[in-house]
Amino acid sequence: MYETKYHRASSTDEAVKLIGGADDGKFLGGGQTLIPTMKQRLAAPSDLIDVTRIEAMNGVTVDGGTVTIGATTTHAEVAGNGDLAKACGAVCDLAGHIGDPAVRAMGTIGGSIANNDPAADYPAAVLALGAQIMTTKRTIAADDFFAGMFETALEEDEIITAVTFTAPAKAGYAKFPNPASRYAMAGVFVAQAGDGSVRVAVTGAGSDGVFRHEGMEAALAGDWSAAAASGQDVDAGGMLEDIHAPADYRANLVKVMAGRAVEKAG
Amino acid sequence: MATVSMTVNGKEVSADVEDRTLLVHYLRENLHLTGTHVGCDTSQCGACVVHVDGKAVKSCTMLAAQAAGSDVTTIEGLANGGDLHPVQAAFKENHGLQCGFCTPGMIMTAVDMINRHGGKNLDEATIRAELEGNLCRCTGYHNIVRSIEAAAKAMG
Amino acid sequence: MGVEGIGARVTRKEDQRFITGKGRYTDDFSVTGMHHAVFVRSPHAHAAIKGIDKSKAEKMPGVVAVLDGQQLTGDGIGNLICGWMIHSKDGSPMNMGAWSALATEKVRYVGDAAAVVIAETPAQAKAAAEAVKVDYGELPAVSDASKALESSAPQLHDNAAGNLIYDWEIGEADEVDKAIAGAAHVTEMEITNNRLVPNAMEPRAALAQYDTAEDHFTLHTTSQNPHVARLVLSAFYQVAPEHKLRVIAPDVGGGFGSKIYIYPEEIVCLWAAKRTGVPVKWTADRMESFLTDAHGRDHVSTAKMAFDKDNRIVGFKVDTIANLGAYMSLFSSCVPTYLYATLLSGQYAIPAIHANVRAVYTNTAPVDAYRGAGRPEACFLIERVMETAARELGVDPAELRRTNFIGEFPHQTPVIMAYDAGDFGATLDAALEAADYAGFAKRKAEAEGRGRKRGIGLSCYIEACGIAPSAAVGSLGAGVGLWESAEVRVNPVGTVEILTGSHSHGQGHETTFAQLVNDRFGLPTDNVQVVHGDTDKVQFGMGTYGSRSGAVGMSAIVKALDKVEAKAKTIAAHLLEADAGDIVIEDGEVKVAGTDKKLGWHEVCLAAYTGHNLPEGMEPGLKEGAFYDPANFTFPAGAYICEVEVDPATGQTEVVQFVAADDFGRIINPMIVEGQVHGGVAQGLGQALMENAVYDDAGQLLSASMMDYTLPRADDLPSFKVSTHETICPNNPLGMKGCGEAGAIGSPPALINAITDAIGNNDLAMPATASRVWAAMNS
Repeated sequence: MYETKYHRASSTDEAVKLIGGADDGKFLGGGQTLIPTMKQRLAAPSDLIDVTRIEAMNGVTVDGGTVTIGATTTHAEVAGNGDLAKACGAVCDLAGHIGDPAVRAMGTIGGSIANNDPAADYPAAVLALGAQIMTTKRTIAADDFFAGMFETALEEDEIITAVTFTAPAKAGYAKFPNPASRYAMAGVFVAQAGDGSVRVAVTGAGSDGVFRHEGMEAALAGDWSAAAASGQDVDAGGMLEDIHAPADYRANLVKVMAGRAVEKAG
Repeated sequence: MATVSMTVNGKEVSADVEDRTLLVHYLRENLHLTGTHVGCDTSQCGACVVHVDGKAVKSCTMLAAQAAGSDVTTIEGLANGGDLHPVQAAFKENHGLQCGFCTPGMIMTAVDMINRHGGKNLDEATIRAELEGNLCRCTGYHNIVRSIEAAAKAMG
Repeated sequence: MGVEGIGARVTRKEDQRFITGKGRYTDDFSVTGMHHAVFVRSPHAHAAIKGIDKSKAEKMPGVVAVLDGQQLTGDGIGNLICGWMIHSKDGSPMNMGAWSALATEKVRYVGDAAAVVIAETPAQAKAAAEAVKVDYGELPAVSDASKALESSAPQLHDNAAGNLIYDWEIGEADEVDKAIAGAAHVTEMEITNNRLVPNAMEPRAALAQYDTAEDHFTLHTTSQNPHVARLVLSAFYQVAPEHKLRVIAPDVGGGFGSKIYIYPEEIVCLWAAKRTGVPVKWTADRMESFLTDAHGRDHVSTAKMAFDKDNRIVGFKVDTIANLGAYMSLFSSCVPTYLYATLLSGQYAIPAIHANVRAVYTNTAPVDAYRGAGRPEACFLIERVMETAARELGVDPAELRRTNFIGEFPHQTPVIMAYDAGDFGATLDAALEAADYAGFAKRKAEAEGRGRKRGIGLSCYIEACGIAPSAAVGSLGAGVGLWESAEVRVNPVGTVEILTGSHSHGQGHETTFAQLVNDRFGLPTDNVQVVHGDTDKVQFGMGTYGSRSGAVGMSAIVKALDKVEAKAKTIAAHLLEADAGDIVIEDGEVKVAGTDKKLGWHEVCLAAYTGHNLPEGMEPGLKEGAFYDPANFTFPAGAYICEVEVDPATGQTEVVQFVAADDFGRIINPMIVEGQVHGGVAQGLGQALMENAVYDDAGQLLSASMMDYTLPRADDLPSFKVSTHETICPNNPLGMKGCGEAGAIGSPPALINAITDAIGNNDLAMPATASRVWAAMNS
C-alpha cells in the first residue's frame, strides 16, 4: 500500500471539508473493497476520510411504505433488521449473502453503491427498487446514478448519506456466485411495485455493469411468473467473458437467476 | 506517523505507526501478537480474523487507525488464563486443525458464529455457509465442522 | 492397545500452541537489525534482460542494496538443479536448462526474478523494487506444452532443442500394440490433467542471518526437508559450506509438496545477508505464491485400453506430454516418469503396458510434485478409462474392476512396481456398502423428481508410498538416497526425546511418534518430546513428502527403539540378576517375567547414566540412532465412490456423498489418518471440480489470486464417510503403508465419473465447473 493519511470525520460537513483539503482524497466506508485495492497498489488516495462514525448516516428506518437505509449501515445490520425484513425481505437476503460474515460486519451499503463494482450485489437492488440515492448535495435517482463499471454520478466531494425506496409489493434476489471470488457471476433483483409495474436489474454479468432488462420487466408486468422471466432472451453480446465462464453461459445464468428471483419473491 | 491506541486482549496498547498500517501488522509487528496470520492479499483466506468491538473482522482489510479506540480480541486473548475457550478445546478434541496456520482465524470466526446464532441453532449447513470467508487447505473442513458443532453444543 | 499406544485415537500434543496463537512460523521470527527483501519480478513470460537501472532505487529511503543476477553469479552462487536424472529412450540425458536464482540474460516466466531490493522495511523495499527499471526485450512466449513442441515455438533454453527435456518410455510397445490389434474391445480417450497451484495456507518465507564472527549462516525457512535444503544450498549452490549453515524449518503451515524444493528466494536471502551484513527476511505475498510456487500436474495424454471378450484387460498404451514449466524444479523430472508411469497398472492384472512421456519447457512457473505427484495423473487416466470402458461394454463399473483386480500378492506389474500386499475386493466391498450402491437407482429417481440429475462414480486407486529403497531409486537416476534417520535419547530421569529427520507441517508427528514410545515402554506421551526441523539439533534426514514419514520415518524410530530396549533390558537384567531374555518393559516398569522383581523405568535410565553398576564393558548412557532404508515401496490402495447432483439449469454440481474405503496397512492414530483422508479428498475434489491454473497464450497467469483461482471452501464440500481396511505391509516393521496422498489421488476420477454419469455425456474435462458442465449438457 502506498502512503496515505487517515482522517475520521464526525459529521458530513467535516468530511467534506477534509476531502476539500486533500490532494486526492477518498471517502472510506467499511473499506472491504477499497483497502484490498490499495493493498494491491491499484489505488493510491492521498487521504482517507472515514465516514463510518458519522451517527446520522447509520441505521435503517421504515416509515409507512418508505424505507431509508443510512449509508454507513453494514451489510450485517441490513441483513438482520427486523423492520426491513417485513418491508422488503429481499434486501435483507441480498445483504446477508454479500461476501462473508467478516466482510458483512464491516462493509456498508454506501460504500458498495459508491464503488459500483460490476459484480457487487447492492446496485441490482438499488436499480430494481428504483431507489433514490441521497447525498450531501442532492438526491439522485438510481437510473441516473450508475454510469458503467466503477463509475457513478457522484462528484469527488459528494457523500452518499442514505438510500431510500418505496417498499415493493414483491421482490426477490437470486445470484450465482463466481466460484472463486464469490462476487455475483450473475445476480438478478426483481421488484414489483404497488402499482404492478416491474423492474428487473442484473449485476455481475453485464460487460458495462449493472443494467435493467426491459424485456423481463414487460413480461413480468403481464405475467408474474418464473417462466415469464426466464423465457426472455438475454443477449450474450452484452455479457462479460473470462476464465470462469463464456458469455453464453452468463446469459443463461441471467435467465435462470431471474426465474429464481421471481420464485423467491413469491 | 500517528499514535494509534486501542485495547487489545484487555490491555491498553499504543504504538506510533504509519497511517497505512493494517491492523494485522499492528498486531503482529508492533504488539508481537503473531498468532494472527496473513494468508492472502485479497481478503479471502480469513487467517487474520480477530474481533473488533465484538465482531469478527479481517484484520488484513482494516487499517489500525480504523480500530483506534476499539476493543480488539485476538487468538492470544481468547483463553481465560489456563482455561481454553470451549471453541479452542473443541478444535483440539475433534482434530479440527492440522498445520495450524488457518486455525486462529477459524477459531475466531467460530466464536463469532456461535455468538451470533446461539449454540442451539447451528446446523452443519449453516456452519459451512458461515465459514465462507475462512480457507483451510489441510482438513477438508470435515473436522472443523465437527469442532464447531461440538463447541456450539458445549456453549448451549 | 493402550490409551496412547499404536492404534489409539490420541489428541494432538502440538495443538495447544496452535489453538492459542503460539505457533511459530517463519514469518513470526524477527531479529535485531532485520531487513526485508522484495523481488523485482518479470511481468513478461519471456524476455531478454537488456539492462537494469538500479540508480533511482538505490537512493531511496531505507534501501541498503539492490542486487541482480550478474552480482549473484559473480559471487560464485551456482545454478538451481534438478536432482533426478532421466534419460530419454535414445539414451541421452535430460536437457537441463540453466536456472539462476536471479535471472541473468533472460526471464522465462512471469514472476521470474531479475533483481532484489534489501531495505529496512517491507514498504521501503516494495517502493524501491517498483523503481528498479529492467530493460526487457520481449520475446515470443509459449505456455501450452503441446504447442511448445511445435517447430515454430519459441525456444526457452539453448540446450533443449524443440523445448524437449526428455522423451522417455517404459514397458514393451510391441506387446501392447499386439494386444490392442487382437482385442475384442478398445477404449480410447484423450485426457487432460489440469494444472494446480498448491496454496499451502502459509506462504513461503525465509529469514537469513550471517554471523561474521563465526562465518556462519542461519536460515529459517518454510521447508518440508531442512537437511536436504542445507545439502543442496551447500553442495550445489555454494551459498555456504554445510557445517557453516544451520537450516531451521519451524512450524510450517502446510506444504503438499510445494515446500520440498529449494527456491531462488532462500538462496538470494542467504547470499544477500552476507553481502549486505544485515539479516534478510522475505515473505511471499499470495500473488507471489501463485506465480512462483512450483505448480502441480499439467499433463495431456492419450490412452488406449484393450479388453478381451471376457472383459479382461490385455493391454494399456499411454502417450503423455508433461509441462514442466520454464525450469526444472528439484524433483520435477521423476514426477511424470517414475512416480507416474510405474503406477499405470492400477489395481489390475494387465499383461502389457507401454507409456511414452515427453517432458517439455514452457514459459510458465516450474512444475513439480504436488500431493500425490504423478500418481493422481496415473489414477485419473486408469479410472476414467475403466469407467468409460464399463459404459461402452455395458457392464457395471464395479464389476468390470472386480473382474480385473489383482488377487494374489506379491504381484509384479509390467512397469517396475512389485505390489507386496493388498485386498482390493475388500475395500471395494466396503465402499459399495457404505455408499449404498445398490440403492442408487432409487436415489436417482427421487432426484429426478426434484429436477436434479444424480450420478455415481467409482475410483479404485493404488499408489506407491514410503519412498524409497535407496539403491533402487539410485539406479533410476535419483541424486539422493531416500532412507530416514532417527535418534532416541532417553534422559537420566526416563523422559524421552525423539530426533527425527522427518518434518511435520500438519501431519501430527509430535503425537504419533510419541505413541510409538508409549506403545513400547508404557510411558505417557507427555514424557516424550519429538524434535525435528533443525539441522543443528537433528542428524541428517530426508524430510517429509510422498507419505513417507510413517512407513520410513517411523520405521527408523522403531529401529532406534529396538536398540534402546535391548540396552535397557541388558542393564535391568544385570541389576535384577536375571536373564535379559526374561525382562519385559510395560507401563513404565521393567520387570522380570513371572516374578515380582522389577525396577522403575526411570531407575534403569538413571543407572545407565550414573554408570555405577553396568554390565562389564558396557558404555554408559541410553541413546541410540538408526537409519532405515526401505526394502520396497508401500502400496496404499482403496475404493472411492462419489455421488453428485447436478442442477440442469446452471450446471452446478453438488457432491452429495463421498465414501472412502482405504487400506493404509497398520494405523498408529486413526484420528490423524482420517484427517489426512479428509484433506486429501478435499484437494482431489478441488482439482476435479474447481481448481485451475490458467495461462493465456502470452504466458500471463490469469488465475493469479484467490479471486480467480477457486480453492474449496467449507460449503463446497460434504462431510466424508471414511473407513479403513488393514492389510499389513510386509516390508516395514510396523506394517504401515502411508495415508497422506491417497485422498488426492483417488478422488478426482470418482467425481468426474459421477458427473459424467449424471449428465450422460462422457466428454468433460477437469475442473468440472458449472459453466463446463452446463456446456457439456447442452452440446
